[in-house]
Amino acid sequence: MPLASPDKVSLFAEGAVSTLRLIAYLTMAMIIMVIDHRGGYLIGLRNAASAIVEPAYRVAAMPSEVAKAGRLAIATQSHLVDENRNLREALLLAQARLNRMSALVAQNDRLKKLLDVQKDLGLGVQLARLIDIDLDPFRHRVVLDAGSQQSIVVGQPVLDAHGVMGQIVEVLPNTSVAMLVTDPTHAIPVMVERTGLRTIAYGTGSIDRLQLPNVPISADVKVGDLLVTSGLGGRFPAGFPVGEILDVSNDESGMFAAAIARPAAALDRSGEVLLLQDLPQPMGPPAPTPVQSEATGLPAASDPPGSGNRP
Amino acid sequence: MNRRRTQFLIFSGSILLAFLLQLTPLPQAIIVLKPYWLALVLVYWAIETPDRVGLGFAFLLGLVADVLTGQLLGEQSLRLLVMIFIVLRFRSRLRFFPIGQQTLAILALLLNDRIVVLMVRGFSGDPMPSMGFWIGPVIGMIAWPFIFLLLDDLRARMRAKET
Repeated sequence: MPLASPDKVSLFAEGAVSTLRLIAYLTMAMIIMVIDHRGGYLIGLRNAASAIVEPAYRVAAMPSEVAKAGRLAIATQSHLVDENRNLREALLLAQARLNRMSALVAQNDRLKKLLDVQKDLGLGVQLARLIDIDLDPFRHRVVLDAGSQQSIVVGQPVLDAHGVMGQIVEVLPNTSVAMLVTDPTHAIPVMVERTGLRTIAYGTGSIDRLQLPNVPISADVKVGDLLVTSGLGGRFPAGFPVGEILDVSNDESGMFAAAIARPAAALDRSGEVLLLQDLPQPMGPPAPTPVQSEATGLPAASDPPGSGNRP
Repeated sequence: MNRRRTQFLIFSGSILLAFLLQLTPLPQAIIVLKPYWLALVLVYWAIETPDRVGLGFAFLLGLVADVLTGQLLGEQSLRLLVMIFIVLRFRSRLRFFPIGQQTLAILALLLNDRIVVLMVRGFSGDPMPSMGFWIGPVIGMIAWPFIFLLLDDLRARMRAKET
């Protein structure tokens, strides 16, 4: 009991709590922080406590789920019809593009066979939903409803329909935590699509801004240029849209041009996200190929995702 | 005995609710406005029933909060410890402050808490947060009278029902 006996408590006395206990607890907290910062034991602890943590996330997300359902229930029919038509059009467009792509993939595959390339870039993806909770407003993390049981691993890129959202940083049994590209500690290797200039886009901590602080001053970067992933660094595969340049100016030192970009992905709106399954550059020798019963033109499409590509 | 049980229900219920509120999202535009609910509720209980809320309790609650939000383990323990220590030290005065003065004291506490956060993040090498970081305490101050009156009223009702 931290309370002293009532007759000793006065308005201005030291009384109530002793400084010694405070110092003991503070030291304990600091020791825990240092140990955790060095060793990262929190993830293990969170895994052990996931039976409590995950339901808590679901419960905390409930109010926003209810609000969403309510909004859907009172949406007018004309609104829904509009949305439906727009989606149909988008689907048609995407389908058309996809058909062209599959022709290209087939062609690419043939050419690769000619060149004797062992590995192909099969694009296994997995759908996950956001659990709408907020871990800390000043760190841009989102919680997804798929975890190690759904074979999510740390480092998988997270995409939405428009571009790269971020990457998985922590995996619990049934949920995982992804860091968005706008998190202040996040950096992603990018390429200016028009010129091929490679640079790095850093998060700023505000949800609609990326910064490119070290672009050479002589480089050809213009407002409106598209940024795509460059594939360097081996984490994000090449060619996914990252953002669009909004502004180019000199930085304080005058040695570099500092550009500001807007992320392509709808970071504050996406409900469903895609998780890429194949990490872009598999290390080590290729896995022994299983005997194929029938020769199909598209080995990437006929493989179950993620089964044959990882050693 | 029954009375103790209802008191305990209010106590644990309010703390559970604070945890959930802490995790519940706000629209992106006003996300920085979220106050530190857990601290506000804990401060109320430290002022009203200090035999329940000691330094050890604050420490443990902070650890639970850290496991829930997955930041640095011990960060929230430190924040709650500092806060509860100050509240317990000045409890006899805080209790008899008029509500306006109490609210200002809460603002000072929450600002102090922000400084503790900055210290922890500085030492662990995290980037410094944006200016919106300093809005939270003001919102917490605005929320304080409501929390205080709500919980006080709830307890008074329960007590009235008993007798």
